[in-house]
Amino acid sequence: MTLGYLLTVGTFTGIFMILTLSLNILTGYAKQVSLGHAAFFGIGAYAAAILATKFGLSFWAALPCVVAVTTVVGIFLGLPSLRVSHDFLVLSTIGLNFIVGSVFKYFSFFGGSMGIVDIPTPTFFGKAFGTVGYFGLTFAFVTLAVLTSIYFSRTWGRLAMEAFGEDETAAKAMGINVAKFKIYAFAISSAYAGIAGALWAHYVGSVFPENFGFDRSIDILAMLVLGGLGTIRGAVFGALLLQVLPEALRFIQDYRMLVSGAVLALMMVFQPMGLLGKGSFLYLRSLGILRHFRRGVASGAP
Amino acid sequence: MDFLQQLVFALVLGSSYALIAIGLTMVYGILKVLHVAHAGIYTLGAYMALLVVTHLTRNFWVALLLGMVAAGLAGVLIYRGVYYYILRRPRIVPLIVSIGIFTAMNELFRLLFGPYQHAFPAVLRFPMVITPYFLITQKQLLIIVLTTFFLLMLYLVLNKTRVGLAWQACSQDLSMAGAVGVPVDWAVALNFLLGSALAGAAGVLMAFYRNMVYPTMGNVVAYKAFVVVVLGGFGSVRGSVIAGMLLALVETFLGSLEWFNFPRDAIAFLLLILVLMFRPKGLFGRL
Repeated sequence: MTLGYLLTVGTFTGIFMILTLSLNILTGYAKQVSLGHAAFFGIGAYAAAILATKFGLSFWAALPCVVAVTTVVGIFLGLPSLRVSHDFLVLSTIGLNFIVGSVFKYFSFFGGSMGIVDIPTPTFFGKAFGTVGYFGLTFAFVTLAVLTSIYFSRTWGRLAMEAFGEDETAAKAMGINVAKFKIYAFAISSAYAGIAGALWAHYVGSVFPENFGFDRSIDILAMLVLGGLGTIRGAVFGALLLQVLPEALRFIQDYRMLVSGAVLALMMVFQPMGLLGKGSFLYLRSLGILRHFRRGVASGAP
Repeated sequence: MDFLQQLVFALVLGSSYALIAIGLTMVYGILKVLHVAHAGIYTLGAYMALLVVTHLTRNFWVALLLGMVAAGLAGVLIYRGVYYYILRRPRIVPLIVSIGIFTAMNELFRLLFGPYQHAFPAVLRFPMVITPYFLITQKQLLIIVLTTFFLLMLYLVLNKTRVGLAWQACSQDLSMAGAVGVPVDWAVALNFLLGSALAGAAGVLMAFYRNMVYPTMGNVVAYKAFVVVVLGGFGSVRGSVIAGMLLALVETFLGSLEWFNFPRDAIAFLLLILVLMFRPKGLFGRL
């Protein structure tokens, strides 16, 4: 097990952390279940790939464009959520995977099923990022995503989203502009996913339609549900667990989707708040241990 | 004529859509749960029939029957084993659970039977129709006849029996139906049994028709079934049957146009999003 291998696993984990954080805003706060998150991710990755290979833009110059593209697409794709209630929104997000996937696959502008290859590695002051540098770059973005998530979770926007997530009619009666905040949720969420996509595209160096299918959407949702819907710590932890565990336990690799599916079903039945969500067993227990420990330190006992 | 031949294809395709969508519609009508795992049941029916055909007998009818039985029982198991306990939770819970079950089922099939396509070597004596205008192969005729038979039986059960009456009561108000003496648990379990058996039948029929069984065969077809449910106006069996046929017609005829090189499977989802945006209650919805 070399350092390079660990850093690679770490980089992918970081990318998925950004994805779960982005899904957390949409599904955790606003309660709009999205099974099409891989589509946003894919749009980001393809935007980055096309800007880099066809327009020759550097990673840094392309990034704002990628974010702009995914935000606009997110707003557009969020429009159905204004008309459609919960269950059927999920259906349209499933459809999103298929539509976006087939657009990538059948239009030669997006490289068709051959994908887009030879995406250059980003540079920093003329020097290309190595494995270590890219790991650092990814985690700089993870940190940024966590910090902005924390900031967002303290704003009025998050309160509004949680309010209409619980009860749309009541939220409307309280004077919340539900439509506006739903679109915000989609826009913010897909902007994050776009960054994750750009990081992925430049790291892997190629994008294919199959990278961003329905399975990947389920993966991302499973990570978030496992960690804890609606919490930042849960999103980060879930991505860490479901990315690193299959690497550590090689024999699980073949059962990956089985694990994702089982995680989704079992967690929702037994611990719907996730492992580290609000009021979950593990979180309460660790808080208790922490408190106990602190009290021990304070009173001078060992 | 080419037109009539296309119509035959559309009818066969529409039959499979309708058979799957019926189960989904009935479950949604009563429990208001989007039963994504229904897609897994469809695949399960096909694999059960495959087991019968490869290990027991080449007889198609036995395979169909056992496939339907297995699918029906699996449906009841999913209801009694899982949904039953989480129905009162927020609606996102059964939905995510259902998606999880579906994913796990697909993976289970892949691990048990391998990721490749199996042939489906059932034998069947069935007539075929040859006219100067179109041709219906024996498999196509079988699907059309069987689907008509199932739909007819379903019509009778829904409209002429006490079970059908109980389902209607349940779909209007579950707790009220219980209060006036409908054995709700049994009614819902029966509902799952019948709907899942029909999905299983669709799986067997499509496996026989295309002569292949593979783990992800449920994916696209069953999402389309959701589209059919939405188009048909959520919870209306008749609407779903009509919408299934309509979707198949649109797909077949758009797909046969030469300039139309957009993938066929994406049509359904485009339709879905359009309908959800402009007619959120479905094409035939009254709600």
